[in-house]
Amino acid sequence: MKDSPTRDGDAPALEVQDLSFAYGGRPVLEAISLAIAAGEFVVLLGPNGAGKTTLFSLITRLHDRRQGEIRIGGFDVRRQAVKAHARIGVVFQQPTLDLDLSVAQNLAYHAALHGMGPGEARRRAEAQLARVGLADRRRTRVRRLSGGQRRRVEIARGLLHEPRLLLLDEPTVGLDVASRRDLVEHAHRLCAEEGVAVLWATHLIDEVRPGDRVLVLHRGRLLADGTSATLTARLGVATLGEAFDRLVGEEAPCD
Amino acid sequence: MRLMPWLHCLRGVVGRELLRFLHQRSRFLAALVRPLVWLFVFAAGFRMALGVAMTEPYQTYILYEVYIVPGLVGMIQLFNGMQSSLSMVYDREMGSMRVLLVSPFPRWYLLVCKLLASTLVSAVQVYVFLAIAWWYGIQAPPMGYLWVLPALLVTGFMVGALGLLLSTFVRQLENFAGVMNFVIFPMFFLSSALYPLWRLREGSHLVYQIAAFNPFTHAVEMIRFALYERVNPEAILISVAVTLVLLALAILGYNPSRGLMARKGGGD
Repeated sequence: MKDSPTRDGDAPALEVQDLSFAYGGRPVLEAISLAIAAGEFVVLLGPNGAGKTTLFSLITRLHDRRQGEIRIGGFDVRRQAVKAHARIGVVFQQPTLDLDLSVAQNLAYHAALHGMGPGEARRRAEAQLARVGLADRRRTRVRRLSGGQRRRVEIARGLLHEPRLLLLDEPTVGLDVASRRDLVEHAHRLCAEEGVAVLWATHLIDEVRPGDRVLVLHRGRLLADGTSATLTARLGVATLGEAFDRLVGEEAPCD
Repeated sequence: MRLMPWLHCLRGVVGRELLRFLHQRSRFLAALVRPLVWLFVFAAGFRMALGVAMTEPYQTYILYEVYIVPGLVGMIQLFNGMQSSLSMVYDREMGSMRVLLVSPFPRWYLLVCKLLASTLVSAVQVYVFLAIAWWYGIQAPPMGYLWVLPALLVTGFMVGALGLLLSTFVRQLENFAGVMNFVIFPMFFLSSALYPLWRLREGSHLVYQIAAFNPFTHAVEMIRFALYERVNPEAILISVAVTLVLLALAILGYNPSRGLMARKGGGD
């Protein structure tokens, strides 16, 4: 999808303003505002049920009965849906690959959904698979890949259309320690090398690196926004874990 | 070129549906065996009990097997449409519906692509069934097999859109058994698929009225006439109108802000 008028330029990769969302009369998100610059790595930290997945659903417009504004690269997800959507890559919480199809077929399907021709799709798929170290697995059925490899395929898929913003919703669920570390590292490299902004949702504090910017989401409200170093300094505690406990209070401990 | 990306999207959705279909050979077999059992066992058994007098569009007296074939074609499409609705529910649980819906193309277009894909898969099944019926001796005029294609497309969209609409109500896979009992079976049995309407009227006026009202009856009649190179304007008009209404409702159902998706929320 080519487009003429722009608002990308210096616009933030993601901009959320006063976002509120209620489900069944119960507020799930309350007055969320945040901005993520191009190439920035941001961790969205919150316990289960904090509203992380809901926030992602609203950004990707799976549903959008909400208040407030969401813009991707300056494009409103509602009024300029086509352009906004073309700039988002997503790795969902649940696995979403077709297990019976090969890696290449899964990527080709996604490329087609973004309007790419077969040739271009193949070139990009090869480049992305090489990047995640799965170039030799193109023809393998997804069913035969390990959990970590499937996640990497999903990241390759999320980046196939060269988005400005990559959303990852608890991408390390079910992975072993080594695969988790690899994935976190890979996401950081993407930001540094490709200029892709990454929003990484997790409830695992050990996935946060000292220099990462952290957004703490709890019960639908954004409690903190800053690097883990500034957070610990501000609250006068030694670790991010303590800072987190202090922020979310006594209820809902985070594992 | 602005058109190409749209075509690539369509190609991708249809291609995936066909690939999945090829990988599910048991599903294909089941879809084929079901109407064949009806044809070889049910119809053969009823042949004696139920002679069918001359009715439109047939030129002569016909055997019951001949009468029932268009109805069984409709059955293939009905099951297939509902099965793709089942796969929507299943897909949504697996999350691959999300993959489809985060595509930048408008949602109505994505859903139409999805419906066209499942319609084409059902058309393949129908033609295999018709080929076996031909070999069995139930032969329509050769051109009828071409005429029937547009009728198959309309019917495929009709039952597919109905399935889509249902999938916005059915949250869990378990509920699909209810869809079978309360949608598929009544639609099939209370139609002209197995018996001509005038015969139903002899039996029960109420059943006749329901069947005459049932859109599936009109779809089956549209298929029946097309297979014999005839046009049934009433059946076509009603079928197309019902299809458009169902399609509009299904698209509305998947609208992020107005539809049932929003009401159900993403609360998982």
